[in-house]
Amino acid sequence: MVGILEDKDRIFTNLYGLHDWRLAGAKTRGAWNLTKDILAQTPEWICEQIKNSGLRGRGGAGFSTGLKWTFMPKQESERPHYLVVNADESEPGTCKDREILRNDPHLLIEGALIASYAIRAHTCFIYMRGEYVLEREHLEAAIKEAYEAKLIGKGNIHGWDCDIHVHHGGGAYICGDETALLESLEGKKGQPRLKPPFPAGAGVYGCPTTVNNVESISVVGTILRRGAEWFAGFGRRNNSGTTLMCVSGHVERPCNVEQAMSIPLKQLLEDHCGGVRGGWGYLKAIIPGGSSVRMIPAHEAETALMDFDSLSSLKSGLGTAAVIVMDQSTDLVRAIARLSYFYKHESCGQCTPCREGTGWMWRVMERMATGEAEMKEIDLLLDVASQVEGHTICGLGDAAAWPIQGLFRHFRPEVEARITAYRAGRPHVQGATLAAAE
Amino acid sequence: MPIAKVNGVEVEFEPGMTVLQVAELAGEEIPRFCYHERLSIAGNCRMCLVEVKPGPPKPQASCALPAAPNQEIFTNTPMVKKAREGVMEFLLINHPLDCPICDQGGECDLQDQSMGFGRDGSRYAQNKRAVEEKFMGPLIKTVMTRCIQCTRCVRFITEVAGQPEIGLISRGEDVEITTYLEQAVTSELSGNVIDLCPVGALTSKPYAFNARPWELKKTESIDVMDAMGAAIRVDARANAVLRVLPRVNDEINEEWNSDKTRYACDGLSRQRLDQPYVRIDGKLKPAAWAEAFAAVAAKVKATAPDRVGVIAGDLQDAESMKAALDLFGGLGVKSLDCRQDGAQIGARPRESWLFNSTFAGLDECDAVLLIGSNLRLEAPVLNARLRRNWVGRDVKVGVIGEQADLTYAYDYLGAGPASLASLIKARTGFAKILKDAQKPAIVIGAGALAREDGAAILALAAEAASKFGVVVEGWNGFNVLHGAASRVGGLDLGFTPGEGGLTALDQVKKGGADLLFLLGADEIDLSATDAFVVYLGSHGDAGAHRADVILPGAAYTEKDGIYVNTEGRAQMAQRAVFPRGQAREDWAILRALSDHLGAKLPYDSLAQLRVKLFAEHPTFGAIDHAPGSTPAALDLTAVGVKGEISDAPFASPVKDFYFTNPIARASVTMAECSASVAAARGKLLAAE
Repeated sequence: MVGILEDKDRIFTNLYGLHDWRLAGAKTRGAWNLTKDILAQTPEWICEQIKNSGLRGRGGAGFSTGLKWTFMPKQESERPHYLVVNADESEPGTCKDREILRNDPHLLIEGALIASYAIRAHTCFIYMRGEYVLEREHLEAAIKEAYEAKLIGKGNIHGWDCDIHVHHGGGAYICGDETALLESLEGKKGQPRLKPPFPAGAGVYGCPTTVNNVESISVVGTILRRGAEWFAGFGRRNNSGTTLMCVSGHVERPCNVEQAMSIPLKQLLEDHCGGVRGGWGYLKAIIPGGSSVRMIPAHEAETALMDFDSLSSLKSGLGTAAVIVMDQSTDLVRAIARLSYFYKHESCGQCTPCREGTGWMWRVMERMATGEAEMKEIDLLLDVASQVEGHTICGLGDAAAWPIQGLFRHFRPEVEARITAYRAGRPHVQGATLAAAE
Repeated sequence: MPIAKVNGVEVEFEPGMTVLQVAELAGEEIPRFCYHERLSIAGNCRMCLVEVKPGPPKPQASCALPAAPNQEIFTNTPMVKKAREGVMEFLLINHPLDCPICDQGGECDLQDQSMGFGRDGSRYAQNKRAVEEKFMGPLIKTVMTRCIQCTRCVRFITEVAGQPEIGLISRGEDVEITTYLEQAVTSELSGNVIDLCPVGALTSKPYAFNARPWELKKTESIDVMDAMGAAIRVDARANAVLRVLPRVNDEINEEWNSDKTRYACDGLSRQRLDQPYVRIDGKLKPAAWAEAFAAVAAKVKATAPDRVGVIAGDLQDAESMKAALDLFGGLGVKSLDCRQDGAQIGARPRESWLFNSTFAGLDECDAVLLIGSNLRLEAPVLNARLRRNWVGRDVKVGVIGEQADLTYAYDYLGAGPASLASLIKARTGFAKILKDAQKPAIVIGAGALAREDGAAILALAAEAASKFGVVVEGWNGFNVLHGAASRVGGLDLGFTPGEGGLTALDQVKKGGADLLFLLGADEIDLSATDAFVVYLGSHGDAGAHRADVILPGAAYTEKDGIYVNTEGRAQMAQRAVFPRGQAREDWAILRALSDHLGAKLPYDSLAQLRVKLFAEHPTFGAIDHAPGSTPAALDLTAVGVKGEISDAPFASPVKDFYFTNPIARASVTMAECSASVAAARGKLLAAE
């Protein structure tokens, strides 16, 4: 067997687009099966099941999906409830939602219907990343099919009226933050809101709203069909279920794959990706959860498990389970400098630490990459990163600081060596002799 | 009340307060840039970070965090200190630190707070960001590199002024505050963004490089540009008024000022009458005071009292009107009038000419009917208050008169008196809204009263008021909005024609009066009169142009005076600088003139004058008190005079907001504003 997940336990059975993604094909793979029976249960039962399944949000933060749903008001007041699906997948390294939207859109639509019922919403918005054009076409076609088959919409066969609207974003990373997404959805500039109030209290148009990731919603139907225990049976305690993992970088065969949680990172790479390019010994570092988590060095990757707890104990994170593999040929400093540029470029500019700090960090990182920076700037950079981290309205500040912190946590000597080397050949550079003496 | 702990000290607070407010209750100063009491919370500067338990192990923005019972708030921990230093450092890395050449220097939040909460040096060794200057019109000077993107200006212009003309574009470190297409801000309240700007990004263009705040003598006074009587602070250096700023008065102007109030002050040093003039052979010639008085006395003595007319202008203080009343009344003159626009108002009861609900009362009322008033031009700050209530409490507004952009949505009910008459008869639509309202209010603008049928319109409005229950026990929503700062004072004094006297408009007709004494009256058409005109005033405007004798008086910043605003609130203005040249305070000129006329007024000082004023008219002694705050019964049937009403539509007396009085007309800044707004409107029309 390849990996630890058997084929019969896969949720996304058309992940690679080998089969028909339309309604007919999706139905043969199990979508829309027993949906009516699921909706015959109470919303509380559904929330309870999802809670018991141990499903944690797949958008990066890993918050319990079932628990999130229970934050919604129990009774609909004059303010309608809304479900918003976050399909603004823009994290460098992450490309799992893309495959769902392309190849299994009906799983998402079905999940959206069930989730809407669970939170008592009659309207669902799917906020699509601006660059996802083919995906939008597929999803819109699938929604049209679902409407025509009376699976969703007013007076559908499932007995819970639910309209699904697709909104195409403008292509901004920050709109993946749930409150910035809501602002953008309302037609405003995509800038995160202050919390509290949380979306469950005042979300889109000031109404109770739940924002979930595409994958979190897409797995709901299958979990309820197969039972919470089935889903909870994968992975370690508190890290249960299966998840899509996106492996990119220096492996033989980069791929997206659905795997059980807590699969050893090394096994994931060896079984599915043909191993690290040039062999495991040639591995340098891995960013295990999308560009915004801290990297782990090869020796830690050896034993790391792909789940929330294992990776956070290594001061990294599972994030979106987007594994970026970097072998010995990688210029880590340049790689992180490039990521810093990304965050500087995507900062919305609303709050001070992120607006000013991301630019500062990027500029220093650029000089670190060439070696022009001064030795003392390393500590300065880390201090600046700590001034950004945890001081901002949304998580982008944290996301900008963590890659840099991860680099220096494990590869500080490499940066120091570069600075020293740069100075060694240039006696006229200030501090060169000092650096050489050190 | 719930209790929270601030640095270990227990504080009681009202539910709904933020952590920042609770910390301030406890006496802790929380630094902030973006937070402002009267604007929505943005939470973007991150300067107000504090530590809160229970809560996540990271600092929280106190301005946006609701306080909770038993919360522990810390403002002095190492975490908070580091957070503040960090944010301050970020704010300063791209700030030019050009304090020596910055007009905000000395009154700059960034300067003060970096002293108080920042690090001692910078660790940023890279190039700073520079931002292109923006054009924002003739009032707002921009140095956008100094901007810290707190968005106070954006929130003010969007929320308070209701004209979203300033915005934040781009993202990340490229964000810029701009008027989008480099257009002038056209809001009448635009100057307030200068006060709101915590740094030197938006400063006053006319005041640029004029003075440092510590050089200025600051005098708290009262504004006369409209009838609201906004609280102002007059900043002067030597004998020149350099700027006028708003003071906080929650009952009147809250914290705002109109652009005219703020910027017309350069008119105080232009077109000034600084010595007496007498017209000889058709030409005004400089004269000594004695010559001027002699010329006036000779003319007064030669004219029968019933051929003398006295008109008080819009900017007159109560004392000078009282002195004029005493002087000319004593001579037997009956034709005295303070209503140079011809407003048909002034018959008692007093409540019939007051804004009875008070401005603060608008915060309680639930439906407002504006009759013949373009509120935005006549009282912009009051308009902003009404807008705030429209936004926050969904107050319903109906308008009869000009269909102007008031920055909020309203039910347009018609252009003229006929619409008011049919509203009274109606049972549906806005009539129903008024009828169902708990606290309805009617605002009758100066435009509705300054016409031949003004008294009948007042009576019609009173009929509407009684139909819609505008005056009930404990609530009086019958409001007259005057345009002139002196008007209520004049009416309170009885500065209206006596038995057989002529009104202002009759006095200036051909053959109306033989001797016209203009007390700063410049808004009246003097082209028909063949009278001998004496002008007492501060500016060489319409009145002085026509005058035969000019007696140079003091402008509102140059005299102590009492002004009664449209609410009936008597307020004391203070002298900030001395009158120009040989000019004197108005009451003193009248007192001196009385000597020459042999009818000496019985007071030798302003204090004595005020004693007499307060004794005869006690309402003037109730300083800062608005009678409407304790609603008195008002017999609406006694208000106005029923009569014929013409079909002519109501027209606002304010044709050009920037040119409504002699000071504003003398101001270069106001002229620039007028041209700039006209150009912006023209461009808009062309684009449409």
